[in-house]
Amino acid sequence: MRFLFEPGLFSSAPVQTAFVIGGVTAVVSAIVGVLTVVRGQSFAGHALTDVATTGGSGSFLVGVTPLVGFIGAGVLGAGAMELAGVQRRRGRDVATGIVLGAATGLAALFLYLDTTRSASTGVTQQILFGSIFTVDPSTIPVVIVISVVTIALIGWMYRPLLLSSLSSELASARGVGVRRVSLLFMMTLAVSVGLSSVAIGSVLSTALLIGPAATALRLTKNLRRAFVYSCVVGVVATWLGVVLAYDSYYWDPSSQGLPVSFFIVSIIFLGYLVSGLGLVRRFVGRRASVVTVV
Amino acid sequence: MFSGFMVNAWLVATVVALVAGVVGFFVVLRGSAFPAHAIPNGAFAGAAGANLIGVNPLIGLGVFSLAAALGIGRLSRRGRSDVVTALALMMMLALGAAFISQSTEYEPQIFSLLFGEILGVSASQVVPVAVLGAVCVAAVAVLYRRLLMTSIAPEIAAARGLRPERVELAFLVVIACSTTMTVPVVGALLIFSLMIGPPAAARSFANRPEFALVGSVAIALVTVWGALACSFTTNWPVGFYVGVFSATWFGLGRAYTWRRTRAVKGA
Amino acid sequence: MSTPSVLDVDGVSVTLAGRRILDDVSFEVREGEFTGLIGSNGVGKTTLLRAILGLQRLDSGEIRMNGAPIAQHGRSLGYVPQRVQLDPDVPMRAWDFVALGLDAHRYGFARRTKEQRDLVDRMLHDVDAERFANARVGSLSGGEQQRVLIAHALISRPTLLLLDEPLANLDPGSVQEIVALLHRVANDQKVAVLLSAHEMNSLLPVMDRIVYLTNGRAASGTTDEVVRSDVLSALYGHHVDVLKLHGRVLVVAEPGQENRDIPQHETFTVT
Repeated sequence: MRFLFEPGLFSSAPVQTAFVIGGVTAVVSAIVGVLTVVRGQSFAGHALTDVATTGGSGSFLVGVTPLVGFIGAGVLGAGAMELAGVQRRRGRDVATGIVLGAATGLAALFLYLDTTRSASTGVTQQILFGSIFTVDPSTIPVVIVISVVTIALIGWMYRPLLLSSLSSELASARGVGVRRVSLLFMMTLAVSVGLSSVAIGSVLSTALLIGPAATALRLTKNLRRAFVYSCVVGVVATWLGVVLAYDSYYWDPSSQGLPVSFFIVSIIFLGYLVSGLGLVRRFVGRRASVVTVV
Repeated sequence: MFSGFMVNAWLVATVVALVAGVVGFFVVLRGSAFPAHAIPNGAFAGAAGANLIGVNPLIGLGVFSLAAALGIGRLSRRGRSDVVTALALMMMLALGAAFISQSTEYEPQIFSLLFGEILGVSASQVVPVAVLGAVCVAAVAVLYRRLLMTSIAPEIAAARGLRPERVELAFLVVIACSTTMTVPVVGALLIFSLMIGPPAAARSFANRPEFALVGSVAIALVTVWGALACSFTTNWPVGFYVGVFSATWFGLGRAYTWRRTRAVKGA
Repeated sequence: MSTPSVLDVDGVSVTLAGRRILDDVSFEVREGEFTGLIGSNGVGKTTLLRAILGLQRLDSGEIRMNGAPIAQHGRSLGYVPQRVQLDPDVPMRAWDFVALGLDAHRYGFARRTKEQRDLVDRMLHDVDAERFANARVGSLSGGEQQRVLIAHALISRPTLLLLDEPLANLDPGSVQEIVALLHRVANDQKVAVLLSAHEMNSLLPVMDRIVYLTNGRAASGTTDEVVRSDVLSALYGHHVDVLKLHGRVLVVAEPGQENRDIPQHETFTVT
């Protein structure tokens, strides 16, 4: 146990901040992630992480915190993608790949300017791979508020969202504004990606979005249970990642420890692989093979 | 701009453009966007790992790219879900970040591996890069017609006994090989743009496969040379220019296609 | 008088997902003859074609081509799928696609000789595709693409041309043109043709033989031999009447009988 909880873990302020921010953003990602996978919008989620990279990189130049850059760019990008109808398959890969490439190139420029103009070091890895230990504790309230609002929004549009995910024609017939719901969901997706970019970095936030959700959906076809499992996996992965990262400072005194995001991604990846094993599925008692909503 | 260490950069950039243009032509034709995205991520981890243990990064790049290519080949044959491959990609990137965190030059290393670096290839690597490039181009030249046939009409190719699965595997290895030499210059996150933009533009301008292939190489050359020159002058990253130029060429190609189809409809 | 057989399907049975898709199917395709494989959708035509192409394992039976096992057919079998999905951005002209029919198996990058290029021009002329030879394959209409696919398959001089539902998505005018084209070209080049379709009337003028497939079982022979009440009734397992009216064939089942498997355009109930 001592190995796991190295001295000063729980009393360290950055760690406490990391636990709160990591936990909250993991929950949001887990919930939005389940819906993303069910709606088959994983590609859009991935695209938004590239957009978030550009936003986060530019944030220093404009003088705002990365959180604002991540979320702001994401929301704009989500709106643009929804308008351009990214859902169409034909030619989607090349065109969106090109646009994302240009966005990444722009991110490269921003990061370069960041490192030369300002005196800040480690900007690149902070934006791309996360910096949960160096997050300003004053952002905690903001993060919590945004997260609560996002989850509330999901809860508010839950029924129309599900209906339009299953069949857009059926939803329209029932009076659901399918386009509006779709746009709103993209926004929550953008916010979710933006939030997790703080913890895990924009390049890796897909892992927090898709990983726990996919793992949960492997274990159960009941949506409500999937949300719960997804949150559990996401939060456990994040908190365990924080603990291990803190510990890693002590494992090898000469090194600077390993990045939090590395641990989080590894745990998520391992979790997904393990969930495919027979004994885990039997433990969870998975029987139904059809997605149930109740 | 043309002396000293820049000579290496120009040489390598030319090889990079040649390879990206040739391989990219088929990446676009076959819709292999995902492997083209995925394999460089593996390369990133490999290069970072190699740097950490003091081995020539080309070796790390090569080994991990090949592993990624073969892994993708096996996974797609079994029809496994996108989730595993997406998570595996993330794992590669996180691993690369972890490797780099252990070295002392954290920031510049991440930057150059992800976004490219003019000085990314040292003098001692020019010859291996040129050799790798020649191998890639030669492989594509030998398989040219089979690649065309299996890309356009795989069912007919299978009926003809051309074995599309073998050709696909060979092509994945070619992508891995080309990634190995192009990532140090253009960056793991941006090599995709170079492999997609110029060929996509070229196919708008040219009707025939051979012309589109030559066009792809030509546009790639102009893009990389331009990016190199601009990067040298402004000190801004090569990857930025590659991303923007590729998008510009793609846009020009789209505009040309749009005008051409409008002319046909109007007639 | 017996013409040599080009394709020999002998007692072929295939079971997929527990269902017996093909049950002891036997027939021959003879040199230079036009054979129609007729059956409604879902009855096993695709499985049979895949077996002939060597893409489907057989539970029992054999398929031989020119005497040798089907796996070694090489280029003596020309295959025309129903459609090739291509978008208009693909940089390949109809001309290039047909030329690939000659040398897709070759390694390397050699330029084509004048003879080869003339052959491609001639082939395009034969299938009446000259006017769009320089258009991109992805921008061709269904009927236009069919011609190009046929030219691609024929240019390497196969002994058997295998077509998978070539008429299914064509408008009636194109159907007539393609059937006439196939008949003409097959005669000129002495190529045997095996073509699958879900209705036989458009093929009656040109078919030498018919293989009528239903419920996984087949009856083969000339149209006169096969398209008869007794033969088809035995095949369907219940009584059907065959009416010949104005050069067309109508297969009619009694009301209340299972009409599902009767090929399209020929089913109506008599009340």
